[in-house]
Amino acid sequence: MSYEIINTGESRSFPKQHAFLESSTNNANGLVYLGADAGKAFSAGLAHSQRSFIAIELGTECLGSHTGESRGLEGSNVIGFARFRLGDSAPSQLIELVRQPGTSAPALNAAKAAFEAAGLVVVVCNDFPGRIVDRLIRPYFNAALRRLDEKLASADDLDKTLCLGLGYPEGPISLLERTGLAHHYRVSRDLHDALGQEPYAPARRARVAAEREQVS
Amino acid sequence: MTNIQTVGVAGAGTMGAGIAIVAARAGFRTVIFDTRQEALDKAKEQTSAFLKKSEERGKLPQGGAAAAMKKWAGTTKLEDLAQCDLVIEAIFEDLTVKHQLFSKLNKVCPEKTIFASNTSTISITEIAGGSGRADRFVGMHFCLPAQLMKLIEMSPGMNTSSATFATAWKFAEAMGQKPVATQDTPGFILNYFLIPFNNDAIRLVEQGVAEPQDIDLAIKTALGYPMGPLELLDLVGMDTQKLLCEAMHGVTQEPRAACPPLVRRMIAANRLGKKTGVGFHTYGNTKMFGA
Repeated sequence: MSYEIINTGESRSFPKQHAFLESSTNNANGLVYLGADAGKAFSAGLAHSQRSFIAIELGTECLGSHTGESRGLEGSNVIGFARFRLGDSAPSQLIELVRQPGTSAPALNAAKAAFEAAGLVVVVCNDFPGRIVDRLIRPYFNAALRRLDEKLASADDLDKTLCLGLGYPEGPISLLERTGLAHHYRVSRDLHDALGQEPYAPARRARVAAEREQVS
Repeated sequence: MTNIQTVGVAGAGTMGAGIAIVAARAGFRTVIFDTRQEALDKAKEQTSAFLKKSEERGKLPQGGAAAAMKKWAGTTKLEDLAQCDLVIEAIFEDLTVKHQLFSKLNKVCPEKTIFASNTSTISITEIAGGSGRADRFVGMHFCLPAQLMKLIEMSPGMNTSSATFATAWKFAEAMGQKPVATQDTPGFILNYFLIPFNNDAIRLVEQGVAEPQDIDLAIKTALGYPMGPLELLDLVGMDTQKLLCEAMHGVTQEPRAACPPLVRRMIAANRLGKKTGVGFHTYGNTKMFGA
């Protein structure tokens, strides 16, 4: 599956060289908008309907913010994507592909094949805030930070229990400290705005970390 | 060193059977009680299969499976627990039923016997309050599958004596487990986080965010978790998840702990998880985990 990449700024998904970037070719059928301004560049683009697929790198926003929505029937050859990455850590191998109700199956399959050919693991989700992983882990992270404040257990015991009990490679407190509490604050805040649900409200410790980042 | 020699396990379900394996495998004489002979028969069969497989895989020395089975005994008579130094309750999450069991045990067992509960959501202090020996009562929450997981959440009730807690702690270590001290709060540490997390995953399915296989694959790939939340739920069982939710939500009133409607529909459809062959995923067998 051939594709061409248009860089629009710093990419959270591909901050360094990767097989997916190296496979980009000129005048290919597929088109990938990469970087912080991927959505804006897509909106300004032309002749999209002739492409086998178009993939737009997403932040915390929905794909519909760029493609539009209508009566629950929206969808075309345009796919959203994000490579999951916690804060400042290296990106994971996971690509979340975002589809709309009327997204074309051939376009989705073509995008999936392009990412998988680069050794990435691809899952498909519908167009909801937080996709799969952020939607699930941000309330869990907020609850861990709140319970730490409430002295349910020490940070070490919280992490140890979840690692021993569930086989997690790293506990939530250690993971957040390593990858950046301020980044968690920003993602959680965006999801709280989008979903309006209390579990997504950033925990106090995350808010403090973000405030400290602004001061320094 | 521990002064515990004979261990009782009340309840021969998945958790009780697993706890009995841990105790017998560590060399403790283990008496497992259940009112249902068929549950005991099933537990014995699964225990034997699990221990043999452990021996084949080199996790137990040659002859280790037979030695552990010699330590294992099943009974339908509660009186047979009178010989135990410590009895671990592993029945379903209902405070009234647990009180009834401990009330009977209190009459059967000698004064020295320590009572423990494997409850995952109910307050240790509340269970101990109906046991007749609140000072000799402790929370010992094993993780599923108990025979494979090392963690035990150890929780003292408000009236648990320090000597009881210390004895139970040493016993946990003597079984080769890793105890962690937690407060007596709903769900302790593990289930406080796990029950709402799993419910959130169920709600993603309900809301059509993604298919179960994509949700599980995403979580495993992104975070390195050994199982996806829906795979884990299939192992726990929808019926158990409903009871866990009701117990925890009943105490905390936290919306994330409330049982999602999809769980009730899956129970009605007999899609309980691995035990019925179908849950969020479909399975080729219903064998005990690891056996």
